[in-house]
Amino acid sequence: MSLESTESVELDLLLESILRVYGYDFRHYARSSLKRRIKSFLEKKCVRNYSELQAILLHDRESFSQFLLEMSITVTDMFRDPLFYQSFRQLVVPVLKTYPYLKIWHAGCATGEEVYSLAILLHEEGMLERSTIYGTDFNATALSKAKSAIYGIDRLSNFASNYLQFGGEANFSDYFITKYQSAKVQNFLTKNVTFASHNLVTDNVFGEMNVIFCRNVLIYFNAELQNRVLDLFCDSLCQLGYLCLGAGETINYSTQSRNFETVSKEYKIYRKTSMGSS
Amino acid sequence: MHGIVVIGVSAGGLRALEMICSALEPDLRIPILIVQHTSPNSGSYMAEHLDELAKLSVVMAEDKMKVDPGVIYIAPGGYHMFLESDEHICLSIDERVCYARPSIDVLFESVADILPESMLGIVLTGANSDGTNGARAIKAVGGRIVAQDPATADSAVMPLSVIEAGLADEVLALPEIAQLINQYAKQFREGL
Repeated sequence: MSLESTESVELDLLLESILRVYGYDFRHYARSSLKRRIKSFLEKKCVRNYSELQAILLHDRESFSQFLLEMSITVTDMFRDPLFYQSFRQLVVPVLKTYPYLKIWHAGCATGEEVYSLAILLHEEGMLERSTIYGTDFNATALSKAKSAIYGIDRLSNFASNYLQFGGEANFSDYFITKYQSAKVQNFLTKNVTFASHNLVTDNVFGEMNVIFCRNVLIYFNAELQNRVLDLFCDSLCQLGYLCLGAGETINYSTQSRNFETVSKEYKIYRKTSMGSS
Repeated sequence: MHGIVVIGVSAGGLRALEMICSALEPDLRIPILIVQHTSPNSGSYMAEHLDELAKLSVVMAEDKMKVDPGVIYIAPGGYHMFLESDEHICLSIDERVCYARPSIDVLFESVADILPESMLGIVLTGANSDGTNGARAIKAVGGRIVAQDPATADSAVMPLSVIEAGLADEVLALPEIAQLINQYAKQFREGL
């Protein structure tokens, strides 16, 4: 038999025990980036190796919550990749305008910045009233932050600069109520937004969506899990629905590539073809 | 994986990469992975530009792209680039390392982690110390490190940091670095 390195066995055991005790499945995450994240957590906890971490996580729920946060939070901004939003407005919005009612799913929405960016965009296009936006994530802490719609005031200038690059023409600060060091997204932007807990790794199909946003989430999964999640997206989209991925991601290497056509190669906007099973 | 070349470059990088990529021979049987510090919205201009100059093909890396010999992969702006043990590219948007994303340390450390039989790490011109920890990781598993001669670099800080940490096996100017890559690749030509 071929022998494995201690480290790789330790990591397998750690992930296996997390699944069995807490129900979170990281076994099919991309190994290279997962290892880097866990190693940085090891340093923060002053722990030497995966086995020691395993003992801590299994016996201390509070440490596990911290770990979960570390594994799942991605820092994002409003109108992150402004040119993507511009391209979405040019290429997708004109088609969406012909629909009487819109259902949009932000899968892996983290703390909600991109969900509200979309709400602003739809508001400016006069479509928000007939839209429902679902934001989902498996991280409860991130979701409650998203629900609160409150962001640090220090982040607004960055949001506003992205908004300008996107081509936004309104006075960006009008979209917020600011108080002390916080900025809260205005109610007319949040009322058609619903947040819910959903784990892409273990949960199932989510409604008949017109558009699914899942930007910079798939990069953390290995090829096998990516395929599974893309199957889930295909099944959750209505005919001719749109799928938007992150700039560094592509559907081309997946088994789902045959069910989608490319709308924007540069900004990774895809459309489910009528051939795609539903 | 037999052999692989990884290159890290920052300020003054475009000129350095132009020089190296255009001097590489067309039949190299190894992949070359490059991190150049760029902004998130820089697009694929640099890869396209270098592809025109080089005899090898130069592409902007995408997540899950297969890494093939004879191809040069450039990390996309705004993403860290990793090499997975099954010879695929993996990207992340995790925290910046040395103020940079993509970071040279992240690439170098990920390549060292999957233990290719042989690896050559190269640190070129740049104005911070990204690449030094990565060079240490490559050395620790028996890889070879080359730093650009600081006297020939637009910005000497980055190669100097590697040299001062005692990690550079060789200190060379750009044309010699290109020659070294050509020579390094030759050992993998037989039997393939």
